[in-house]
Amino acid sequence: MAAEIFGNVVERCRAEEESLLGRWREIVAESLRGRMTGAELDKELRDLLDALLSALATGGGTDLNAEPYAEVRALLVELSRNRAHQGFSPRETAVGVYALKRAIRDTVGAEAGFAALSDVIDELGLLTFEIYTKAREEVITNQAEQLLELATPVVKLWHGVVALPLVGTLDSARAQVVMEKLLQTLVDTGSEHAIIDITGVSAVDTQVAQHLLKTIVAARLMGADCIISGIRPQIAQTIVALGIEFGDIATKATLADALMLAISRSGVDFGTEMAKRGL
Amino acid sequence: MERIPILKIGDLLLVSIQVDLQDQTVMALEEDLAQKIVSSGARGVIIDITALDIVDSFIGRMLATIASISRVLDAETVVVGMRPAVAITLVELGLSLDGIKTALDVERGMRLLSGRR
Repeated sequence: MAAEIFGNVVERCRAEEESLLGRWREIVAESLRGRMTGAELDKELRDLLDALLSALATGGGTDLNAEPYAEVRALLVELSRNRAHQGFSPRETAVGVYALKRAIRDTVGAEAGFAALSDVIDELGLLTFEIYTKAREEVITNQAEQLLELATPVVKLWHGVVALPLVGTLDSARAQVVMEKLLQTLVDTGSEHAIIDITGVSAVDTQVAQHLLKTIVAARLMGADCIISGIRPQIAQTIVALGIEFGDIATKATLADALMLAISRSGVDFGTEMAKRGL
Repeated sequence: MERIPILKIGDLLLVSIQVDLQDQTVMALEEDLAQKIVSSGARGVIIDITALDIVDSFIGRMLATIASISRVLDAETVVVGMRPAVAITLVELGLSLDGIKTALDVERGMRLLSGRR
């Protein structure tokens, strides 16, 4: 039924398949500037063209969501996903589909059914865009998550003393991750002292201070003690100017001072410790 | 109704909460604990909430109340084994449990109490 709107374009494309494919590949290869091998591209386009022509021949119509287009859609999803992950631009990805129009016009000619076929190709192009964007968004989300993981290491400095060196800006999302990670480490390692080192934090505002205080109160509830270290002179001035009160929370200028305090609080006798290790 | 057992270890009392806390259970615990402190002459109370994974403001207040009751009866309270998620929830609720001692586990809690005397 729907097949007649394409006239005999589909049959003629089938007949001219090789030269059509050749022209298509040529146009696409030009825009990709040698970033994909000829064989790779050839296989991709050949599969796609074959699937598209079969779908059109079996009465796919112009509705891309119809059953006959299932394979075409699957191939396109794979194609644009790969392009997105390999870092091709949206234009380079879309050209892969739109170039088919030009290839058909050049080899088969713009005949009666061409307009309908052109509509189908437009739809395919839009679908490609959609998938491309989605794939890129996934990449970005993954990277953001990885960054979050990277940015919050908790290190063990001494028996029962862990440190959390903070670097960069502390927003709500990150503060939440930092808080959970620190508290979980306290439980896992059974540490009673935690040092939060803010040497690498670029700025401390009331919000950041709020996050720090919450973390420290939560750690206290669990039975661990927190020390804030690495407060730079400018930061100290800002804290005072903003009227932030750290109350009875110990603050030290350097990580070394904080470690010393933590060790003395945990009551370690260095002589015995070193003797135990034969130093 | 379920009652939470109170164990006596030396001059300490150990309350280990292993079940979901109902309001009724909590009221009964407050009553039992007060009596037990008086009858045993305990000097310290350890409340183990390792198994507790959900808290609300009621339970937060309950911990504070128990601590106050014990203090009046001259026993010190230590809350041990609070999970990170629970600690975060309490902080978000604005309950910092001021005046209650905390420790990571029962062993450290006992050490904390025995070190005080």
